[in-house]
Amino acid sequence: MRVLVAVKFVPDLQSQRSFTDGLVTRVAEDGSMNELDENAVEAALQLVEAQGDGEVYALTVGGPDAVAAVRKALQLGATYAIHVNDGAIAGSDVFGTAAVLAAAIRKVNAEAPLDLVITGMAALDGLTSMLPTALAVELGWSQLTFASKLEVAAGEATIVRHLPDAYETVAAPLPAVVSVTDEANKPRYPNFKLIMAARTKPVTVWTLADIGVDPASVGAAASRTTVIDASPRPPRADRTIVTDTGEAGTALADFLIGRGLA
Amino acid sequence: MIAAVLVEHRDGVVAQPSLEALTLARSVGVPVAVWLGASPSAEAVALLGQYGATDVRVVDAELRVVAHAADALRAASDDAELVLVVSTFVNKEIVTRMALATGAGVVVDAAGAERIDGHIETTQTVFAATWNVRTRINTERAIVAIRPNTTTAKVADERTAPTVTTLAVALPTAREAIVDIARVAPPEGIPLAEAPVVVSGGRGTGGDYTLVRDLADLLGGAVGASRDATDEGWISHEHMVGQTGTTVTPALYVACGISGAVHHRGGMQASGTIVAVNMDPDAPIFDIADFGVVGSLFDVLPQAIERIKAHRAAS
Ligand SMILES: Cc1cc2nc3c(=O)[nH]c(=O)nc-3n(C[C@H](O)[C@H](O)[C@H](O)COP(=O)(O)OP(=O)(O)OC[C@H]3O[C@@H](n4cnc5c(N)ncnc54)[C@H](O)[C@@H]3O)c2cc1C
Ligand SMILES: Cc1cc2nc3c(=O)[nH]c(=O)nc-3n(C[C@H](O)[C@H](O)[C@H](O)COP(=O)(O)OP(=O)(O)OC[C@H]3O[C@@H](n4cnc5c(N)ncnc54)[C@H](O)[C@@H]3O)c2cc1C
Repeated sequence: MRVLVAVKFVPDLQSQRSFTDGLVTRVAEDGSMNELDENAVEAALQLVEAQGDGEVYALTVGGPDAVAAVRKALQLGATYAIHVNDGAIAGSDVFGTAAVLAAAIRKVNAEAPLDLVITGMAALDGLTSMLPTALAVELGWSQLTFASKLEVAAGEATIVRHLPDAYETVAAPLPAVVSVTDEANKPRYPNFKLIMAARTKPVTVWTLADIGVDPASVGAAASRTTVIDASPRPPRADRTIVTDTGEAGTALADFLIGRGLA
Repeated sequence: MIAAVLVEHRDGVVAQPSLEALTLARSVGVPVAVWLGASPSAEAVALLGQYGATDVRVVDAELRVVAHAADALRAASDDAELVLVVSTFVNKEIVTRMALATGAGVVVDAAGAERIDGHIETTQTVFAATWNVRTRINTERAIVAIRPNTTTAKVADERTAPTVTTLAVALPTAREAIVDIARVAPPEGIPLAEAPVVVSGGRGTGGDYTLVRDLADLLGGAVGASRDATDEGWISHEHMVGQTGTTVTPALYVACGISGAVHHRGGMQASGTIVAVNMDPDAPIFDIADFGVVGSLFDVLPQAIERIKAHRAAS
């Protein structure tokens, strides 16, 4: 079984995230692999372990700092790491990012066919959840997204997805792009041995030229959407915190009544 | 300029966010409603007309396969410069496929859209609602997924009975097959994402949602929960608020026994007024609360409920 996991480098959720000229400010020390991508790596490792043999590729598209995302995947047990890094990618929209990821995946696939690409259900910065679908379309592979359960057997993948009105069980032939939710599994912690081993594992770095993508087709200039203004929201004004000494329930009610909310 | 709206409906009943989307579509262009699924009732058509739809375009088929829904929506909105959908997980997938087929630019989780100098511009909040962002869609065709509760639905001044057209769309063979559908019972009362008031309970409830539910009922709202509460099996997953659950933007959000982890805040921080009840004065939920009570929800909620009832009885 050969599985590739797409992992994104995102700014730390707890940090002061911000914009510069319509693009997310990247701070080297202050980011890591998208949390939900740990579930994607875990799903890939479990499939390969269950089969008894295979490889897990970790792939990221992003600036120089993004290497941290694939390094994390190596620590968790991924076999190989690939980082597509090219200045021309900066400012790409979902479609540009998907085109770059797809080109890199095709290159890996040409060496020996992949069975699956696994992603997280959302990157906790952009949060569009659009990328997995875009990737499936770009590759012409099956789309099995939002999986809280994943099974692979006899050349077919089957997932369960939990939508507001129903649990759907969806099956499709491999190769497939699968996105997983945080319900899919419980990610493992990297152990000391793997952390040490990951240090010496090489990360393959590709530019757009290496994967045959025209730089003019991606990046800010080719983006279908442009952030034209970004401003921090003002903090909430007139905040009140009271400690309950017996009357706070009444105070709460009066606050709601005062605001016309009760 | 035609602005097509993909109508959300369950068991034939139009969902409120679609009326909000039609209201928004009217401010941008000529609204046209797209209905995927078994043909709408006369009442549903009349309602869409009240909110300004001039046309209702129907693709009469069950379209749970994303690739099918995308093709159907595309066929029904061929002439539209703007396609508006409600920002749901499935709709994001549908519009992604459609955008790849048409070249349209997409913004999801938007709070508003307008047409400026021939381009659609959207507003949205990002990074757990700590930033406001304005985005221009550069392409000729634009797709915007709009969050519920961000536009106030208003009936149109001028109403005409909409023309209903049924389209036959040749659907491609999809690679994906839906092999089982286990229906989830519809929520009692207002769906979480659409509710004007959400009262949520977390680990601090200890699994007893009676008070949370009572307050929600009293305020005409929906019941929400944290991930820990749904993981415990105290309440079903549909109630989970947060980045991996439902994102809500009600006028009032009341968090009871919820610490305010960043994952939770990301799904409710854009709410109008935020109230928190928590025993721990250092709980991060207080950082974003307009009104916070440091105390036990088992003391505070009954008193608040009594006071509101007394106030209502008196007025
Ligand atoms: C605040 C913000 C708002 C944005 N809004 C829009 C918008 O409205 N329209 C638009 O077209 N673009 C938008 N973008 C750009 C878009 O987020 C990026 O192009 C991004 O790489 C893909 O989208 P996502 O982060 O939303 O990924 P999602 O679709 O949420 O991510 C799902 C999964 O895809 C994989 N993945 C995503 N990105 C990468 C990557 N770079 N390398 C490897 N794997 C990856 C991961 O497995 C991830 O878990 C926005 C970006 C930001 C930061
Ligand atoms: C990838 C990922 C995604 C996630 N997505 C989500 C998500 O979408 N939504 C979500 O909610 N979480 C999500 N989580 C989990 C999140 O990080 C928190 O663990 C979770 O929100 C905590 O739930 P809680 O506030 O109920 O519990 P706790 O953090 O345990 O807080 C319970 C609070 O109750 C208070 N309390 C106890 N007793 C009382 C009482 N009698 N009266 C009043 N207060 C009391 C305590 O002081 C405490 O602050 C996610 C986590 C990960 C890793």
